[in-house]
Amino acid sequence: MIRFILLQNRQGKTRLAKYYVPLEESEKHKVEYEVHRLVVNRDSKFTNFVEFRTHKVIYRRYAGLFFSLCVDITDNELAYLECIHLFVEILDHFFSNVCELDLVFNFHKVYLILDEFILAGELQETSKRAIIERMSELEKLQQ
Amino acid sequence: MEGYDVDFGHMEAVSLISAPKYPEKQDEKNRWGYLFESSLGIKLEQSEMKIIESKIYILFPALGILFSLIGSRYVGYIVTSCLLNENHDFLRLAINTVRNDIIGRNETFQCLALTLDSEPLTSLKPVGNIGGRDFAESLAPDVQKLLVSDPQDDMLWISSSCRPLVRKKAALCLLRLFRKNPDAINVDGADRMAQLLDERDLGVLTSSTSLLVALVSNNHEAYSSCLPKCVKILERLARNQDVPQEYTYYGIPSPWLQVKAMRALQYFPTIEDPSTRKSLFEVLQRILMGTDVVKNVNKNNASHAVLFEALSLVMHLDAEKEMMSQCVALLGKFISVREPNIRYLGLENMTRMLMVTDVQDIIKKHQSQIITSLKDPDISIRRRALDLLYGMCDVSNAKDIVEELLQYLSTAEFSMREELSLKAAILAEKFAPDLSWYVDVILQLIDKAGDFVSDDIWFRVVQFVTNNEDLQDILKPYAASKAREYLDKIAIHETMVKVSAYILGEYGHLLARQPGCSANELFSILHEKLPTVTTPTIPILLSSYAKLLMHAQPPDPELQKKVWAVFRKYESSIDVEIQQRAVEYFELSKKGDAFMDVLAEMPKFPERQSSLIKKAEDVEDTADQSAIKLRAQQQPSNALVLTDPQPVTGAPPPLKVPTVTDRSLSQPNGSLSSIDPQTPSADLLSDLLGPLAIEAPPGTVSTEQHGPIGAEGAPDEADGSAIVPLDEQTNTVEVIGNIAERFHALCLKDSGVLYEDPYIQAGLLLTELLRPIGLKAEWRGHHGRLVLFLGNKSTSPLTSVQALILPPAHLKLELSPVPDTIPPRAQVQSPLEVMNIRPSRDVAVLDFSYKFGTNVVSAKLRIPAVLNKFLQPLQLTSEEFFPQWRALSGPPLKLQEVIRGVRPLALPEMANLFNSFRVTICPGLDPNPNNLVASTTFYSESTGAMLCLARIETDPADRTQLRMTVGSGDPTLTFELKEFIKEHLITIPTGSRALVPATGAAAPPPPPPVAQPPSPAALADDPGAMLAGLL
Repeated sequence: MIRFILLQNRQGKTRLAKYYVPLEESEKHKVEYEVHRLVVNRDSKFTNFVEFRTHKVIYRRYAGLFFSLCVDITDNELAYLECIHLFVEILDHFFSNVCELDLVFNFHKVYLILDEFILAGELQETSKRAIIERMSELEKLQQ
Repeated sequence: MEGYDVDFGHMEAVSLISAPKYPEKQDEKNRWGYLFESSLGIKLEQSEMKIIESKIYILFPALGILFSLIGSRYVGYIVTSCLLNENHDFLRLAINTVRNDIIGRNETFQCLALTLDSEPLTSLKPVGNIGGRDFAESLAPDVQKLLVSDPQDDMLWISSSCRPLVRKKAALCLLRLFRKNPDAINVDGADRMAQLLDERDLGVLTSSTSLLVALVSNNHEAYSSCLPKCVKILERLARNQDVPQEYTYYGIPSPWLQVKAMRALQYFPTIEDPSTRKSLFEVLQRILMGTDVVKNVNKNNASHAVLFEALSLVMHLDAEKEMMSQCVALLGKFISVREPNIRYLGLENMTRMLMVTDVQDIIKKHQSQIITSLKDPDISIRRRALDLLYGMCDVSNAKDIVEELLQYLSTAEFSMREELSLKAAILAEKFAPDLSWYVDVILQLIDKAGDFVSDDIWFRVVQFVTNNEDLQDILKPYAASKAREYLDKIAIHETMVKVSAYILGEYGHLLARQPGCSANELFSILHEKLPTVTTPTIPILLSSYAKLLMHAQPPDPELQKKVWAVFRKYESSIDVEIQQRAVEYFELSKKGDAFMDVLAEMPKFPERQSSLIKKAEDVEDTADQSAIKLRAQQQPSNALVLTDPQPVTGAPPPLKVPTVTDRSLSQPNGSLSSIDPQTPSADLLSDLLGPLAIEAPPGTVSTEQHGPIGAEGAPDEADGSAIVPLDEQTNTVEVIGNIAERFHALCLKDSGVLYEDPYIQAGLLLTELLRPIGLKAEWRGHHGRLVLFLGNKSTSPLTSVQALILPPAHLKLELSPVPDTIPPRAQVQSPLEVMNIRPSRDVAVLDFSYKFGTNVVSAKLRIPAVLNKFLQPLQLTSEEFFPQWRALSGPPLKLQEVIRGVRPLALPEMANLFNSFRVTICPGLDPNPNNLVASTTFYSESTGAMLCLARIETDPADRTQLRMTVGSGDPTLTFELKEFIKEHLITIPTGSRALVPATGAAAPPPPPPVAQPPSPAALADDPGAMLAGLL
């Protein structure tokens, strides 16, 4: 199960944080700080997995952004690693050539996409098309 | 939107949404802005927050009626997800609306509601927990209906008309509710679950399989009908039949669904049905053979994700030899590839493989590559390599592996040293080809990473050396000469000083003929280290000096002079242990023969299981890497474990040098509750230093603390009866210390341990599962504040922790809620407010229970909020005392009683007793020296601050009787205080006293009377218990 998803830039600014377990506010800050410190200095030749407390963090770097998933120790690492990539592909498709600023200014849309992609800490939908279609449906509703 | 959790730091985004803070205007746009703002967690003033909260109250119930616009519903959900955990009542309101949305016809609202449900709304506060359960219980049936059509169900139209969109959300929502409360989904949902797996839509199937994984991990038997369906899904994907293009990822049919389906299969113990088994193995075979390394990273990752899951499944199913060897060959390939992720997983899975099947020979071929991985720059890989090396070690390769570990130890980073040194020590012990090698390894280990070498490790070395029985015993001189070599180093670790001092003291004389090893020289080199060591090492050094002196042949007057000088110097040491040894060795060394006897060579230690190996086994128990075990064990837990930073992956818990408390608590317990009294404990320390300190008088036992209460809190099985058992299972837990005594000690003190028990597993003596409950107190007038702290010293969490106060009528007690679970090695505190309403001697009771594993332990403990806690010492002069005394005319304000059968006490002792319960003796007021006069102030709500006076007239001829007069401005108080003092004069405070409700208050039943604690002599006879305190 995914415990939380963090999207952080190299400076450690958290651009998106979604927790699937209840955590106190102060604990969230601590977690974000620690995860950033854990992943930011790792060489690109290193594995994409790193132990974090009693769990492990699966992370992937896209330009200056780190996508980190905290999952259970027994979870399939590579599956979650590709899950990050799929999420990035969806974002890329939705924003057409996504960049950090898109995520900053359209954060609510990013959350919407994430809610269509992952729910309750588990994958909900792996079809890019289904998610993009759902997004346009939602956008229509809001007008 | 859509109920997303908006607690991130996007202040910049907030500023984009311009809106006033107060949504007084009713237009839609403004409300949006306001709600965004409140959702985003901007810190508002307290008053502003109140306004918002009151608005929410109005806003939410009206949602359905007032705001037909979808936008407003979004708003409602956003606000709900933000505020829900803070307001319990509000939550109940919300449930109805959410429920209506779920069963309603509007798909958009359904989605909203389901997404909201899937949020981890539950805060860590207990209130939120209740809410979460409510949610789960009341919503689960409705959510279930969304998922599958049920012919008998009126709600048929929902599921049939539901788009996959709603159904996949419903599946995961149900998963969330299930995790929250496993009872929310009943087992007869199994058919529905199976039905769900027939789904064509792969999105719904992905979500449903996640739900299935959670359900089968809880109870695989109930869901056995789902097993063939999982295999069907796998077949469908593996053959790429009926898989829409959008669900293939880089040409692989939904790798995630494949992984999930195989994961679910790993929760079923076996596959009975031969045809299902056959088709599954066909699929697995296809995956194992058909996965090639390709250039595209994503494709490669995805295909290997499936491959590694297949490997896990094969391992779990314990397939035929052929397939297993195929897997091993694959893993062998993986651990030598360059791609870091694959190598990491190769190492990890190979370690798992080791536990399932015998692959030693194949792995050994890769030993050099694994050792290369141990030097990889990436710590993740290094850890896996270390695990694998540890797992693959046996007699044949132990030397190489341990030497690699030792070599690596000098360069390893701090975070890994601990684990490394423990593993090296365990392997050296388990597979040592000869003992001198073992001694070498451990000494090197101490030299390189002394901080991480626990006492256990060096005790074990000493034990081996002492017990060695070779005919030409070369080990002892060998160990001694090695120890001597290390002492030449300029800076050595303190543990090295300890072990060298011990070995040289015992066997130094064996080296006497070698240059530089005469007793005198050994003494000098040891003595050089003395200024650098801490207090616990000094006694060991003193013992070594004494032994060196004794062994010096012929007697060396020069050495004697030096050693005596040291003893004399430490005769006045502030440390009792050092002082005692110095004095006793000094005296003994004058005695000649007796000296030889006392300091004769140590006898052999009884053989026993190594505490290290035991520790390692414990570690394996808790942190077993085996996929199967872990998966089987893994409960759907919601919380990230945050208190305990130990990694679970086979890494041992931090090896700490046992603290004094640890040892003293576990030791007496181990020795007294042990099943086999001949081998009282696995604590090597006691044996090691046993004979050295036999001459120590029993008095030293008191240096061994059982918490702040002192030595009298000795364990006694009879005290177990002081716990009121909840059920039979409670019998397995034994209380450490005497509850009644702890209570009485706390009556006179402000902090200390109230209750403590170990969890005793049959035969295992060194259970580190001590859970002391302590109280810290602060008293102000009639208010008191206590802190109840509950510490879990075991390595697994304590669950269902409950603490309930049963207050007597005269006390108002408020205990802050205790968390349901105490994580391993964590301590929780909850404040307890006490208010004294009126004088009474009744005692409040804490009904306390927790669950350890399947055992429920419960205890009823008296809370030491007794009468004297509300007394304030007060000393009066005769001018102040006598007018008051005379003003109290007689009964009921002033009561007099002749008390017989008093415990005989000398007058000063009695004065001390009075002072200890805060009734101050005013000396010199009474002209008769045999009388005592005392005063104090009592605080309670009904009496306010009330002066109390007392006079004791003793009879010098007969100390067992006295006349007591007590007076105060309140008749109840006078009576209660008189009785209180009487109780303390008659009974010894350690005995239990009757708790007769004096004021007719409904007092809870007191714990049954307990036996007296065992005599201190019994404790002193046990050298183990005695010695535990010595170091």
